Amino acid sequence: MIPLLVAALLLVLMGIAYTQGFSRSRAIAATGVRLHSRPAYHGSLVAIRCLLPALLVLGLWVLFGPGMTRAFIVAQLPPDVAALDEPAFLTAVRRIEAIASGFGVAGQVQPYEAAAGEAVRRFHTFALLVVMAAAAGVGILGLLAALRRISPTLRARNKVESVVRVLLLACSALAILTTVGIVVSLFNEAFRFFSFVAPADFFFGTVWNPGFATTGTAAIGEYGLLPLLWGTVMIAIIAMLVAIPVGLMTAIYLSQYASARLRNVAKPIVEVLAGIPTIVYGFFALVTVGPFLSDTGAAIGLDIRATSALTAGLVMGIMIIPFVSSLSDDIMRQVPLSLRDGSLGLGATESETIRRVLLPAALPGIVGALLLAISRAIGETMIVVLAAGNSPVLRFNPAEPVSTITVTIVNQLTGDADFAGPQSLVAFALGLTLFVMTLLLNMVALYIVRRFREQYE
Amino acid sequence: MTVSIPPDNTGAPHAPVSASAAGPAYGETVRTPDTVPRDVRLRARHVDVFYGDKQALFDVSLDIPEKAVTSLIGPSGCGKTTFLRCVNRMNDTIEDCRVTGEITLDGQNIYDPSLDVVELRSRVGMVFQKPNPFPKSVYENVAYGPRIHGLARSRAELEDIVVASLRRAGLWEEVKDRLREPGTGLSGGQQQRLCIARAIAVSPEVILMDEPCSALDPIATAVIEELIDELRLLYTIIIVTHSMQQAARVSQRTAFFHLGRLVEEGPTEVILRHPQAKKTQDYITGRIG
Repeated sequence: MIPLLVAALLLVLMGIAYTQGFSRSRAIAATGVRLHSRPAYHGSLVAIRCLLPALLVLGLWVLFGPGMTRAFIVAQLPPDVAALDEPAFLTAVRRIEAIASGFGVAGQVQPYEAAAGEAVRRFHTFALLVVMAAAAGVGILGLLAALRRISPTLRARNKVESVVRVLLLACSALAILTTVGIVVSLFNEAFRFFSFVAPADFFFGTVWNPGFATTGTAAIGEYGLLPLLWGTVMIAIIAMLVAIPVGLMTAIYLSQYASARLRNVAKPIVEVLAGIPTIVYGFFALVTVGPFLSDTGAAIGLDIRATSALTAGLVMGIMIIPFVSSLSDDIMRQVPLSLRDGSLGLGATESETIRRVLLPAALPGIVGALLLAISRAIGETMIVVLAAGNSPVLRFNPAEPVSTITVTIVNQLTGDADFAGPQSLVAFALGLTLFVMTLLLNMVALYIVRRFREQYE
Repeated sequence: MTVSIPPDNTGAPHAPVSASAAGPAYGETVRTPDTVPRDVRLRARHVDVFYGDKQALFDVSLDIPEKAVTSLIGPSGCGKTTFLRCVNRMNDTIEDCRVTGEITLDGQNIYDPSLDVVELRSRVGMVFQKPNPFPKSVYENVAYGPRIHGLARSRAELEDIVVASLRRAGLWEEVKDRLREPGTGLSGGQQQRLCIARAIAVSPEVILMDEPCSALDPIATAVIEELIDELRLLYTIIIVTHSMQQAARVSQRTAFFHLGRLVEEGPTEVILRHPQAKKTQDYITGRIG
């Protein structure tokens, strides 16, 4: 309710400021004076100068409001409570906050708590009113000041443009900072994990047996990455064995043989495969493909488990076909038509042209596409959670169940996780490993794709 | 120029030449009488080309003499490149393209279903407007054609073909030390001569050139033109060009296309100096184009 009110207030202020600035500058222009900027820019500048101070006040409240409230609560506490040790003191403060917010608390409410809660609520309401009034006041002051400054020589357009530029910069910085933040926190938590388990035991260990968090940190368990890494790699290899031939041949057909009409229909349909939620692929693997493989194996005397690296890899391969085919198709169509004509003009057949000229010319780009597909396969979670069998044992038979890095992260973080023991912290180390793997693959892929682009432009 | 025409032998202007004066009548094309080429290698009769519903060529009939350069001139979009691409059936690669009429090479209809287009293209080579060397080495570019057609039985033989083709294209001296370097690293003019060497390497009988100098600077253009003049002794050449000066410099016969029709054809000197059709005169003097 309150945020909505604030937003409405700001919008109204902004609207008034814009129209005022617009009409004021228009009035000046009507007298025949040439304005430096057009009225719309004057209006925008007034709106900005009105809005920015108001937002600043609100921002200050968001930053310092909680601290002030906290100080007020502490001031309300009886001296004996204020003298309590840290955890008990914090509990008392939280209880009062909960009472003030109207959520209520468990257990008996002490009289001093009820009184403090009431006082805090009144303080809060009052403070909010003051802040809103201040924001509105500052905004109106800004508006008036900005209106007074409107003159034919005011460089309103340049000022508005520089504000917009800062805004654009802030938006792009947000995306980058988020990424940096995630990476930093990954590193942080992973280092905490490595204070429990030596990095060598993690990266080169062959046994994965983390134990349970409830048994306490005394039973730390074993955290060997290799079984998970191998499971991940094996499934990715199986997936690529499916996706590379099928995807490449699809791309060759679509880009070289199919008529324009067929391609316009077929390509989007193939791309739909990429749009199917992975969980749907997952239960497709679990319910249909796994039992089918198992039955087929039984019929020819092979022991294939329904949930296995084979099942997961096969379905994942189907999932990434569109990545391979769609990207490769685009890349092969980027190869200049003149090369194709040159080869055909020498009497080469269509297939000779594709094999000897088009594929070699497109190869760097295709390799880039394949690497992107692999990094997608490595990071994929839902299919392997459902269909890989979740058995973190170092096995080399693809017909047996395995586990992957992603599956293990899911396992370690679902259920009770207190983020103090290695059982859950290991998820960050695993996440970091995965992140580094896909990052390297993506970097190599982008590098190769860029090299390829340079060749034909 | 080897062909010279007495100026009084030009016939009636704007009128098709009668059957009795210049052999069988075909189309509305103005033809210089008594200069119907002997040694005709390639003969086009009543060729129509359609791209989808749009007709690009109308009833084109043209004889191409052996071991001579025939240039096709005309404003953009007049159908000269379309005609050129009919001769080695490169139009087959364009969807919705339909060709009717008859084009014969040594008396054999090249649109006959029994004819193998791969074999045709090995007999009729093509050089394109923009140099299009493959992203392979200089050597591999030239060896490409002989390899796919199995022309060489051994590595040494293949090497001989590559060297001979590069020599014939006048490129050998410039690239003999860089045979393993990518063909795309050569200069524009060298790339175009590499493409000519690549076409020569499969020993074609006819070479089609689609504005081979339009992407080159004047010096590279002069080199290529000189080369074309030498190649004339060995091959039948058809060249599409925008430049009438180029047509005058390299070709013995010229055909003028306009709006998909072959307006006039004959010895280059006649077409460029004493054109008979009004449209040709307008084009030569720069009034259309």
